[in-house]
Amino acid sequence: MKKALKIVVLAKQVPDTRNVGKDAMKEDGTVNRAALPAIFNPEDLNALEQALVIKDMNPGSTVQVLTMGPPRAADILRDAMFRGADGGVLLTDRKFAGADTLATSYALSRALVKLQPDIIVAGRQAIDGDTAQVGPQVAEKLGLPQVTYAEEIVSLDENQIVIKRRLEHGVETVSCPLPMVMTVNGSAAECRPQHAKRVMKYKNAKTPSELQAVDNDYLRVQCNCKEYLNIGEWSVADVDADDNQLGMSGSPTKVKKIENVVFQAKEAKRLTSADADIDGLMAELIASHTLG
Amino acid sequence: MNNIFVYCEIENGKVADVSLELLTKGRELADTLGCKVEALALGEGLDGVEKELAKYGADTVWVADDKELAPYRTLPHTSVVCGVFEEEKPQIALFGATPVGRDLGPRVSSALHSGLTADCTSLVIGDHTDAKAGTEYKNLLYQIRPAFGGNIIATIVNPDHRPQMATVREGVMKKEMAKTPGAGEVKRVDVKKYLKDTDLVVKIIDRQMEERKIDIKSSSVLVSGGYGMGSKENFGLLFELAEVLGAEVGASRAAVDAGFADHARQVGQTGVTVRPKLYIACGISGQIQHTAGMDQSSMIISINTDPDAPINKIADYAIVGDVMEVIPKMIKYYKQNSK
Repeated sequence: MKKALKIVVLAKQVPDTRNVGKDAMKEDGTVNRAALPAIFNPEDLNALEQALVIKDMNPGSTVQVLTMGPPRAADILRDAMFRGADGGVLLTDRKFAGADTLATSYALSRALVKLQPDIIVAGRQAIDGDTAQVGPQVAEKLGLPQVTYAEEIVSLDENQIVIKRRLEHGVETVSCPLPMVMTVNGSAAECRPQHAKRVMKYKNAKTPSELQAVDNDYLRVQCNCKEYLNIGEWSVADVDADDNQLGMSGSPTKVKKIENVVFQAKEAKRLTSADADIDGLMAELIASHTLG
Repeated sequence: MNNIFVYCEIENGKVADVSLELLTKGRELADTLGCKVEALALGEGLDGVEKELAKYGADTVWVADDKELAPYRTLPHTSVVCGVFEEEKPQIALFGATPVGRDLGPRVSSALHSGLTADCTSLVIGDHTDAKAGTEYKNLLYQIRPAFGGNIIATIVNPDHRPQMATVREGVMKKEMAKTPGAGEVKRVDVKKYLKDTDLVVKIIDRQMEERKIDIKSSSVLVSGGYGMGSKENFGLLFELAEVLGAEVGASRAAVDAGFADHARQVGQTGVTVRPKLYIACGISGQIQHTAGMDQSSMIISINTDPDAPINKIADYAIVGDVMEVIPKMIKYYKQNSK
């Protein structure tokens, strides 16, 4: 008989940096953040899929999604519920703002102590920072073993999980006891799509703050009496976190300087095959770090 | 004490290129700071590894030789690295931004509560003033990296915590033997002192190291060819450019149908959708079925003899000219001017 497992997915809402189209840059070549849509970090969707696979393998298991961010990050929690997650928690507080990966990991680990999952699944990395640090740092903070670059779950029983990892030059299969942290590679299975029935069921799922802003008594009462429509919303106090380890002040790394990579204007720039044209273009590509 | 440490990756008795590149950079930083550069090698059967590391400037080579340390596993390596760092108190620690370094680095930085900057493209020593507190810092490590999908370049510092940690991708720094080799003095690490039983809970069941598969989707630079390339032989030139740039080669459907390239390389509606940082379209006219699979690329350069090719409508740069003439010029310039 299989044990029902508690699975928590770590997810992040990110600006769609892959989609930096021409209107996403301002005249001066700086990033127009407002023009970038906020999306579910792609590899976190791969992570959600693996969590749902574990649930499929172990009926009765639950999948919760944990995210840290501003109030609107609740959007990805609903998205996750439409795809199969059982619920979500939004970790939100001004004191979390400006955190580097270490302070972020500390905050998430505090929430995870409260959630007590058997398996924590995260995307390998987020597209706004590409650091791949939060998964391993969370694992260390909780004193749990980690399996990074996970591509496929080979088998699972009550005490251990066997995972195939995708490395640069090969694959490795490892076994790891529970509880554990895994980070999922983009090469893993794509996330299942939103399901129409689930969209109907969860479309009114709201955080307490969102519910307060609802100007519709019927909806408010409906949400209040249906437990599954409540999205958790936790502050620093709710997870018993130490202020000194949070946000900007809890971050060992500081941003000293930001330079914007200046992008070219809209029209295609016409060049010829003359040496000067090619050399100039290549020099520009190297200087802007597009190459190298 | 307070030297620069480079974590060296060793696979099948060979030191990884990225580790030698980091030693080269570490040597340069150490000369600026007037300190030593120390290599940290973990694995099994490491006798003689110091010779290679000394050539790239290692003054000291810490050798942790134990059967539990090869192949790489997160927890045993973390315990040994943290143990050595806690005793030696390095000011800077560098790791390759490889599957190993990106697995180990964050774990170590969390355990030591130090900061870590991933995928640095440049490392420089400089001063820093904390404007708020009015504190002056001398000789910090500037950790410079692109962020936000490559749209900004950030300089990160780590004023109050040690070691200042950074990872760097393979091929970003130059690998160069030191003018004067380091002493390569071996210091043996007492591995048993640091390893705990709980470090051994993850077991490797199977390992298949293989040749890299064709993966045009995750390459940040893509050199793609169309029917206009003319022949399979001419496609070879695209591979040459891709090799130099660290890119992958893609193809249009017409080129695949003509047998110039494998189907696995096909970009477009019936192939793969890609969105690299840079897409170089060579001899591709720009049919909608192709552009649908690549028009989300951050930057597009087209090379085509036809000034009115549809691809030029979505390109950021349209080079009107012969691919066979343009690409060798790109290769030549890049070889001479990169790094």
